[in-house]
Amino acid sequence: MTSSLNLWLIPVLPLAGAAINGFLGKKSSRTAVSAIGLVFSGAALAWALSVVLRVSAADLPYQEYVAHWIRSGSFSADFALYLDQLSLVMLLVVTGVGFLIHIYSVGYMWDDPSFYRFFSYLNLFMFFMLTLILANNYLLMFIGWEGVGLASYLLIGFWFTKDSAASAGKKAFIVNRIGDFGFLIGLFLIIQHFGSLDFTKVFTQVQPLAVENGSAGLLTAIGILLMVGACGKSAQIPLYVWLPDAMEGPTPVSALIHAATMVTAGVYMVSRSHVIFERAPMALMVVAVIGTLTALFAATIGITQTDIKKVLAYSTVSQLGYMFMACGVGAFSAGIFHLMTHAFFKGLLFLAAGSVIHAVGGEQDMRKMGGLRSYIPVTFATMGIATLAIAGVPPFAGFWSKDEILWKAYQGNWVFWLVGVITAFITSFYMFRLLFMTFFGDYRGTQVDAHGHSTSAHGHDAHGHGEPHESPMVMLVPLMILALLSIVGGLVGIGNRFEHFLEPVFGSGATEAVGEAASHSTELLLMGISVTVAVLGFVLAYVLYVSKPYLPQKIADSFGGLYEAVVNKYYVDELYAKLFVKPLVDGSTSILWQGVDRKVIDDTVNNAADGARHVSDEVRQMQSGNLRSYAGWIAAGSAVVIAYMIWMGVR
Amino acid sequence: MVPLSYYLVLSGILFACGVAGFLIKRNIITIFMSIELMLNGVNLSFVAFAAHWHSLAGQVFVFFVMVVAAAEAAVGLAIIIAVYRTRETLNVDQVNLLKL
Repeated sequence: MTSSLNLWLIPVLPLAGAAINGFLGKKSSRTAVSAIGLVFSGAALAWALSVVLRVSAADLPYQEYVAHWIRSGSFSADFALYLDQLSLVMLLVVTGVGFLIHIYSVGYMWDDPSFYRFFSYLNLFMFFMLTLILANNYLLMFIGWEGVGLASYLLIGFWFTKDSAASAGKKAFIVNRIGDFGFLIGLFLIIQHFGSLDFTKVFTQVQPLAVENGSAGLLTAIGILLMVGACGKSAQIPLYVWLPDAMEGPTPVSALIHAATMVTAGVYMVSRSHVIFERAPMALMVVAVIGTLTALFAATIGITQTDIKKVLAYSTVSQLGYMFMACGVGAFSAGIFHLMTHAFFKGLLFLAAGSVIHAVGGEQDMRKMGGLRSYIPVTFATMGIATLAIAGVPPFAGFWSKDEILWKAYQGNWVFWLVGVITAFITSFYMFRLLFMTFFGDYRGTQVDAHGHSTSAHGHDAHGHGEPHESPMVMLVPLMILALLSIVGGLVGIGNRFEHFLEPVFGSGATEAVGEAASHSTELLLMGISVTVAVLGFVLAYVLYVSKPYLPQKIADSFGGLYEAVVNKYYVDELYAKLFVKPLVDGSTSILWQGVDRKVIDDTVNNAADGARHVSDEVRQMQSGNLRSYAGWIAAGSAVVIAYMIWMGVR
Repeated sequence: MVPLSYYLVLSGILFACGVAGFLIKRNIITIFMSIELMLNGVNLSFVAFAAHWHSLAGQVFVFFVMVVAAAEAAVGLAIIIAVYRTRETLNVDQVNLLKL
C-alpha cells in the first residue's frame, strides 16, 4: 500500500451531511436539502469504492489510527478503524444500499414537512452504521451500535405526533437496551480477562485457548452474552418484538435500517467475534437454535398478516434467523453472504412496498389493494424479482445464499436443515401471497369506505389520487438497480467464491473441509429440495389467492383457535405485557412512586420545610423590632454570663 | 484609704442605673444619657483597678473609652436631630419604620 486509505472519511462524510442538514436544513429548500443528503452519502459510497480499488488482498487486514480516546492504565481504546474482507463487504452493502435508499427517499418524502429532518437523521444513521462496521475495537463498535439504535429510534418515531409511532420508537429503544445490557456485560468480561477490547489483541489471546467442549466456560459466557446483544439489535427471539412495531417509521427507513443494514449488525458482530464463538460450541448451539426457531416462528406469523409492511417485517426477522442459523453452525461466510443478498432483495421489497403504498395513497392493508399490476408495472416487476429472490428461486440472489446456509446447516445438524426447509416453504408462500394479494385480482381499494385518500374520490388529498399511479423516476431508479442486484447478487457465491473471499477472516474452518469432502450429489439433492419447496410455496399461494380466493377464509376458519393465535402473533406482546411490563408498571407505581418517591423522598423534603417554617414562626417572635426588648435580651444575656462566671468562681 | 470595693459597688450601681434607664425610658436622649452613664460606670471601675494595682493600663483604657464616647455623642446627637426633624418625635417606639 502506498499511502493511507483515509478510511475515516467514510463515516465522517455522512456526519457532515447530517450536521449541515440538521442545523441549516430548516431554512433551506427541499432541493438543497436533498442535494446535501445525496452528495454526502454518495461521497461515502464513492470513497468506499475507491478504497476497494486501491486496496489489495495483501494489505488486509488494514488498521487506521484516527485519534486518542481512552487510555487508562494498561487499558486503551482508540478511535481506530479496521478493514478486512468482512468489513469491506459490509461497507459496500451499507454505503451502496444506503445511497440508493437516500435517492428513493427524495421522492418518497418530498411532501413531508420535516423533509430536512429526515435526511439529517438518515445521514446520521449512515455515520453510526459505518462507525460500527469499521471500528477496530468493541468499544467503538458499541458507540456505533448505540448510535444506530438512536437513529433508529428517531426515525421510527419520525412522525412523533402519531401516538403509535412515538410508542413504537420507545419500544424499539427499550427492547434494545435489554440486549445491550448483555452485550455490555460480555464486553466487561472481555476486559476483565483479556485486558483489551481491540479485536486483534483479544482474538490473538483467544486463539490459543482450548475449545470448551462439554463444559461451559468463560468463552461460552462471553459468546452467549454477545448473542443477547445481537438478539436485541437483530430482532431474534425473545427480543424480536420491536421490529414489527418499527414499521411505524417511514418506509425508506424500514428498508434501510430495519431490513438492509442496522438489524444485520448483530450478525456482523457475531461473525466478527467468530474466534470466540468457534471455541465455545455451546454458545454456537445457542446461536443456531435461536436463529432456527426465530426463522420458523416469524415466518408462521408472516402468513397471516395483512399489513404489507408487517409481512415484510416478520419476513426480515425470519431471514435474520437464517443468518444466525448459519453463524450457529459455524458457516459465518454463508451468514454474511445471506446478509448481503438479503440487503438487496429485502431493501428492494420494502422500497417496492413503499412505492405501492405511495401508489394507493397511504393504504397499507393488502386486503384493500389487488390488481395493481396494470397500474404500477415497474413496481410490480421489481417486487416480483425480489419475491423470487427471497423465495429462493434460481438464479436469483436469495437462492444462492439460502441454499448455502441450508447446505451448511445440513452438515451441522439435519434438524436445522429440516426447519430451514420448512421455513423456506413458508417464506415462499407468504411472499407470493403478498405479491398476489397486492398485484393480482381486482382493485379492492374503491370498495372500501376509506377516508378519501385511497379511493377514487377526486383529488382532495395532498397527492390528488384518482387511481393508483406509478411513482416518480427518482423512486423507480433505485428499485431497478436493487432489482438488478437481486438478480445477479447471488452469482458471486457460485463456486464458493464468496467464501474464499472471506477466508482470510473466517479461515477455512472444519465445516468447510467436510463440505469439500461430502458428496456433490447430496448438495444437488438438497438444492433440488429447496427449489421444490419454493415452487410449492408459489403454487399454494397461487391456488389460494388467485385461482380460488374463497379458500383462505375457509382454511382459516377450520383452524379456529390456532389461526387466531397466529394472527395475534402468538400473543407474545400480550405475554410480555403481562410478564414484564405490567409488574414493572405496577411495582413502579405502588412501590417506587407512591412508596419511595412520595412517602420517603417527598415527605422528607416537605417535612423538613414545614419544620423549618414552624420553628421560624416561633423564633421570629423574638425579633419584635422593639429596641428596648433587644436591650433587655442583651442585659439578660450578660446577666446570665456574669452569674455563670461568678458561680464558677465561687466553686 | 477608701477600699476598692466601695469604688466597685458605686461603679456597679452607676452601671445598673444606666441599664435600667436604657430599658425603661422611651425618650432617645434619655437612653443616650443612660449609655453614657454605663460607660462612665465602667470607667470608674477601670480607674479604681488602675489605682489599686498601680498600673497605667486601666487609665489608658479610660481615655480610649472617653474618646469613643465623645465620638459616639457627636454622631448620636446628630442622628437624634435628624430623626426629630423628620419624625417630630423622640419616642423610640415610634421610630420603627424598619420593622417588618
